[in-house]
Amino acid sequence: MRRYLSIWFPALLADRALRLRPGLKDTPFIIAAPERGRLMVKAASTPAVKKGIVRGMVVADAKALLPALKLFHYKPGVEEKLLTRLAEWCLRFTPVVSPGLPDGILLDISGCPHLWGGEKLYQDAIVHQLKTIGYEVCTGIADTVGAAWAIARFGAAGFIAAPGQQEAALNPLPPAALRLEPPVLERLQKLGFAHIGSFIAMPSTVLRRRFGQALLTRIAQALGHLPETPTALQPAVIFREQLSCTEPVHTRIAIDIALETLLQQLCDSLQRSGKGLRSAVFKINTVDGGSQEIFIGTNRPVRNTAHLLKLFEPKMTTIAPGMGIEVFTLEAPAVEAFSGRQEAIWNTLGGADTGSELAGLLDRIAGRFGDAAIKRYQPAEHYWPERSVVAAGLSEKTGAAWRSDRPRPVYLLPEPEPVIVAAPVPDYPPMLFRYRGKVHNIARADGPERIEQEWWLEQRLVRDYYVVEDEDGARYWLFRAGHYGAEKPQWFLHGFFA
Amino acid sequence: MAEALFHTTIFQQLQEELLLLQGLRAPLDAELQETGLGIINQSFPHRAFPVSAVHELMSSSAEDAAATTGFIAGLLGTLMQRGSCLWVSRHRNIFPPALSFFGITPDQVLFVEAPDPKKALWSIEEGLKCATLAAVVGEVQELSFTASRRLQLAVEKSRVTGFIHHRTNRVAGNLACVSRWRIRPIASIPPEGLPGVGFPGWNVELCKIRNGRPGKWNVQWTPQGFSVLPEKVEEQAAVIKKAG
Repeated sequence: MRRYLSIWFPALLADRALRLRPGLKDTPFIIAAPERGRLMVKAASTPAVKKGIVRGMVVADAKALLPALKLFHYKPGVEEKLLTRLAEWCLRFTPVVSPGLPDGILLDISGCPHLWGGEKLYQDAIVHQLKTIGYEVCTGIADTVGAAWAIARFGAAGFIAAPGQQEAALNPLPPAALRLEPPVLERLQKLGFAHIGSFIAMPSTVLRRRFGQALLTRIAQALGHLPETPTALQPAVIFREQLSCTEPVHTRIAIDIALETLLQQLCDSLQRSGKGLRSAVFKINTVDGGSQEIFIGTNRPVRNTAHLLKLFEPKMTTIAPGMGIEVFTLEAPAVEAFSGRQEAIWNTLGGADTGSELAGLLDRIAGRFGDAAIKRYQPAEHYWPERSVVAAGLSEKTGAAWRSDRPRPVYLLPEPEPVIVAAPVPDYPPMLFRYRGKVHNIARADGPERIEQEWWLEQRLVRDYYVVEDEDGARYWLFRAGHYGAEKPQWFLHGFFA
Repeated sequence: MAEALFHTTIFQQLQEELLLLQGLRAPLDAELQETGLGIINQSFPHRAFPVSAVHELMSSSAEDAAATTGFIAGLLGTLMQRGSCLWVSRHRNIFPPALSFFGITPDQVLFVEAPDPKKALWSIEEGLKCATLAAVVGEVQELSFTASRRLQLAVEKSRVTGFIHHRTNRVAGNLACVSRWRIRPIASIPPEGLPGVGFPGWNVELCKIRNGRPGKWNVQWTPQGFSVLPEKVEEQAAVIKKAG
């Protein structure tokens, strides 16, 4: 026989807002969402509810009631995320948990409460712990999903329907406790059915004719005549391996063996679920209560023990075993699907090899200097030289193509350096320029190539670029910022040609 | 007559063997890539640009460095048909779009910015050990003989070609690299007296080459590749440098 516990959050969103901003405890506030062109109250805090502001009100009305009302905007999808998080938290009480939108969680507690010393204590523990976190909840326990749901929302606080007693528990509750559609509820109310008990015993043909099959289904589900299986939450698999030592270990060899064993286990479990790890943490707990961590990251999903061992190796010297190590833990906080397509991308970079060797090299470099040290450049669709390339990820590809129709220098100075020139006006190339105290007489020149600033990004002067060659044969990229006019334009050196 | 021919063959065989012992294997047919260096190839052992070896290129000024980068890029254009390239430097100053003028797809080049010279050398060495790469270019300020020997040993196993761009004003000591080059820019020759700047031209000096013949040439980079300018070819006295 199954037992279900239903948790109802009467003020889920308001409680969450209070949890995020504890300072709002005594302030009346509402969370509002636009609906059919108006702002409607989606949730209200306890002080606001006391002033008569309820869910479903128009915000303008609520503001009229209480001008000091604080308003927060509702983010769509926040309840689902929140309920999933809470449901994951509830996994400590039972392995089968399912979040029920918009404001509840259902726990299949069959065979669990005796661990807490009975259903009463079990329920109290849940309510108390959720309250400590900051959520007010109402709960109910019954044999069926429907009955538990009804008791939590409409029954006495913390009521537990004894096994088989769900009908007696449902009888005094209003029809809304049966999870019915509004039209059915309206009709029931019109006919004067204020309690479930006043119609639950009626013949099914009578009920079906007046209220449809939905009511009968709901009654049967609540009483347990029809089975109802809630969809259980699938918790994310945690890739984590642990190794405890019978005797505390100190030596490097022992630590290496422990790491290798754990890596082997972790890679096996990654293999089984078709994943590769992007980061791993190796934790050790010493006898004297201390703990140390080593962190590694990879450029792409990996599940190769040898490769990972190599990444850990340079950091192993930081481990100080102290009095001895008791427990080793290896965890993969970030995992990604390990697909064959990624291999293909690496093939283009790595020639005939599968790319794993190159990936290993890049991981080692990134592990030493950080991810930012490795760059691969992709063309960007900008003429402005500083913006014409972007540092891309190792597997990304931008749509743009490399251009080679205009001369570009092999060395580009990060910042253009001002030079003093002698140049005929208006737009001839300079005859000579002085850079870092040395005068360069220009023998040949090409240009100008005008590059306009992209006004939608930044307002700066236009640049007229010249390729110039001095008497020694060295080639430079010079530009004049702006036109000759009221002000004398400044000249800059921006690069060196091969 | 037959005896003389017999001696020549023996000499040739011995020479091959010596080269092999010095880490210069005859290039396999699959590896024999025409870098387009033309007459310069005559100076190399096996008459082909030594791939799977470490080359040192010296430069002392920014202008020389730019010319040297251009020359390396020209060689890489051929080598990188095999795979990608790792470009290690302290600060990035290479402008990737310019590499496409030398027949390289710039996104095939992986740039590594090392925080200090020691780490730069470490990543060059690691790169040279990675057989997947076609070439490794490393820009360094200082290189000791021991470090260069480590690099040379790494390539002998992995058959990656290494270019060490040695940017220093000082007189460099002996290194274990297979060659030492010095590239300087020369005035470009615009085609048929047209105005403006012509194709990039360099004075390529092969200062040292193990088991080869050093020399000096004027080379131009055209869209078709290297072209050695014939009239200014200066043959040096045939001095065979001993292996360093």
